[in-house]
Amino acid sequence: MSELTDKPVITQKEHYKQTAETDHSKTILGFWIYLMTDCVLFASLFATYAVLRNNTNGGPDGSELFNLPFVLVETIILLTSSFVCGLVLLAAQRRNRAYVIAGLTAVFLLGLSFVALEVTEFRHLVEEGNSWRRSGFLSAFFTLVGTHGLHITVGLLWMIVMVAQIARKGLIDPVLRRLSLFAMFWHFLDVVWIFIFSLVYLVGAL
Amino acid sequence: MFGKLTLEAFKHDIVVMGGVVTMVLGLLSIVFLLTYLKRWRWLWKEWITTVDPKKIGVMYIIVALVMLLRGGADALMMRTQQALSSGASHGFLNSDHFQQVFTAHGSMMIFFVAMGLMFGIINIVVPLQIGARDVAFPFMNATSFWLFLAGAILMNTSLVIGEFAATGWLAYPPLSELAYSPGVGVDYWIWSLQIAGIGSLLSGVNFFTTILKLRRAGMRLMKMPLFTWSVLNAMTLVIFAFPILTVTLALLALDRTIGTHFFTADGGGNPMMYVNLIWAWGHPEVYILILPAFGIFSEVVATFSRKRLFGYTSMVFALAAITLLSFSVWLHHFFTMGAGADVNAFFGITTMIISIPTGVKVFNWLFTMYKGRIVLATPMLWFLGFVATFTIGGVAGVLMSVPPADFQLHNSLFLVAHFHTMIIGGVVFGYFAGITYWFPKIFGVLLSERIGKYAFWCWLVGFCTAFIPLYALGLMGATRRLDHYDASLGWQGLFIVAGIGVVIIMLGIGLQILQFVVSFFERKWNRDTTGDPWNARTLEWATRSPIPFYNFAELTPVSERDAFWEAKQKGIDLHKPKTFTDIQMPKNTPIGFIIAMLTLLIGFAVVWHIWWLAIVAFLGVVTAVIIRLSDDETEYILPAADVKKFETGEQPA
Repeated sequence: MSELTDKPVITQKEHYKQTAETDHSKTILGFWIYLMTDCVLFASLFATYAVLRNNTNGGPDGSELFNLPFVLVETIILLTSSFVCGLVLLAAQRRNRAYVIAGLTAVFLLGLSFVALEVTEFRHLVEEGNSWRRSGFLSAFFTLVGTHGLHITVGLLWMIVMVAQIARKGLIDPVLRRLSLFAMFWHFLDVVWIFIFSLVYLVGAL
Repeated sequence: MFGKLTLEAFKHDIVVMGGVVTMVLGLLSIVFLLTYLKRWRWLWKEWITTVDPKKIGVMYIIVALVMLLRGGADALMMRTQQALSSGASHGFLNSDHFQQVFTAHGSMMIFFVAMGLMFGIINIVVPLQIGARDVAFPFMNATSFWLFLAGAILMNTSLVIGEFAATGWLAYPPLSELAYSPGVGVDYWIWSLQIAGIGSLLSGVNFFTTILKLRRAGMRLMKMPLFTWSVLNAMTLVIFAFPILTVTLALLALDRTIGTHFFTADGGGNPMMYVNLIWAWGHPEVYILILPAFGIFSEVVATFSRKRLFGYTSMVFALAAITLLSFSVWLHHFFTMGAGADVNAFFGITTMIISIPTGVKVFNWLFTMYKGRIVLATPMLWFLGFVATFTIGGVAGVLMSVPPADFQLHNSLFLVAHFHTMIIGGVVFGYFAGITYWFPKIFGVLLSERIGKYAFWCWLVGFCTAFIPLYALGLMGATRRLDHYDASLGWQGLFIVAGIGVVIIMLGIGLQILQFVVSFFERKWNRDTTGDPWNARTLEWATRSPIPFYNFAELTPVSERDAFWEAKQKGIDLHKPKTFTDIQMPKNTPIGFIIAMLTLLIGFAVVWHIWWLAIVAFLGVVTAVIIRLSDDETEYILPAADVKKFETGEQPA
């Protein structure tokens, strides 16, 4: 290691450049850490679901309730939205504003239809008398899947704000940074959904 | 319109009314003082909108000390009740009120005193110790503090409007379910913890990132001061443990509000799942509190022994080992659940194992003192008191880690004595040592050593008087949370001794308040002109006292572990910067405060089922977040010329 010196360590210009880089990398790291906390949050909900899965309280279990083709459609919609979201990020790196806005709109519409399908599924269950009040199993089911849906809804709101920012400010550095955070968030929700699809719906429908 | 809120909620019995009147009078006198001294503007500009971690840290500590008075008053009430309520006498508290008091005492002390002191000291010291000018996310940091305060306000509101939970500080179901606790008490408990907990979670993310990203050039991980290491470990625990608390509280809230069956006794719920979940957070939580205290002691013992810390590397590994192991012991809180011999044996053994790294730390501290030139300043006294009490508490803990022994001691006063030994002797002594140690750095004034020592002795003697009888009572079969017992048991004498102990501790708290007051009036004589009053070793002392808001004028790279000490040995004066550069600083903003106050409103509205208010406040929070996150100009440049003026010229107003 170098000795302590009397000379200035870095020049003014380097200082600003470094600060901007630190800004970027600390935000990305911070957001990753946040995603990890969200991961623990979902892990707790999965654990809760696993414990309560068989506590049907005389009511229906997963194999009577889950409609796999319907859930498959939801899954395909969400995975497609994630793919488009990746394309948006590529376009953003090329600073292609029109493409980014168009792509985000597509992701938004896909996300919206996912939420709409989920709400339909929930409403259907409730109307048949199988709401979260019915049993421990259904409480855990609605909470786990609903928390994911809530996250998707936050993502929808985030996209509206992003489109407004891109339209007003263009693809400037802070906007790009937020866009890449959004992409991380959206892909993360995709991963969580794959776990829900496999552990809740597939295992439950058996 | 007002949900479940009616005038009925404002009616209380005489004892509670006394508390309400004290609180309201306290608030009114603060308002009066601020108006009289024309300080509202100052409060807004300098404190409410600030994003400076040093000021935020000071506010954390102030809130924590106020809450300590409230929690201490609760303790005094409980011990008085138990000293009186034997045989024919039933004391001065009815059972329901007594239950609310012990619930409030526990929740208050852990969430708002211990956590507040911890985050206060972390805010002040961590950025300085890693040689940074700020935390990674200054606005988020301010928001965390205001959320913490919002939680504290909500919990105290329960005293005035409605009631508090009567379930114990962890609100085990099915007692805490709607069927058995139909009032709003448990809801107050849930939402004040939820709000404060989200603040803590954000702080965890923030300081983790700060330590990993903002260290001074040359400060590699194994050159970090041990306090920073301890905080890095504690924040790792926050990141992994607090989401579990968020989920657990949310599920209990769902049970109580929309009729789910997570923890209910009927409908396919599973109450023991709650106990598992809450302790999967709760056990790491104890380590979240104690690890930074360990870090403080590591700094204190090295400084006042005038020696390098003994076994730095083993200290770091001990911290990491505790961090990992702390997630594998939670079941020892409920060996009596009936999980079977194998499960209990596993958790009993992991519990014994976790005492090994802790023992490593104690021996390292003692070896640091060995052949050192020990200075018995107040922080060092807190350290020595800690070693004695913490070892006793630790031995009691290992004793209870044996499941068959635990079956006898479960829920007894022996347990209460054990964890108070750990939390008072470890956590509280640690943070008091930290406050005394770093006080001159923040305020530029040394605390009165004489009164500090009196306060220490009151705490130590009071602590022994209050808790050693509880070990005995516990072995005699006294359970916790008793508001009345039979005279023939012969416990009253010991309960009276314990009560006297609490009074001695209260005297210690009084002396600490006196210490602040005296130091304020004697500030002309106690000024720290050197910037390094203790002849310390780490970077936080490499700047003048009181600290300029940008922390360091010059970011000189470091090359050694005890960077400041090494510089002193080489004759380099880090207090006198040679070059000045423009400094990028975050702008003040009121949005963190606004978000937290709206969140407080949401909490209150949900407790009382005032749904329209909850929705309006929620929309407000969303709007505030969007406004803030769309702002691209959150920083400003402090020109080099101004820095030079601050450093060499007189301090401007």
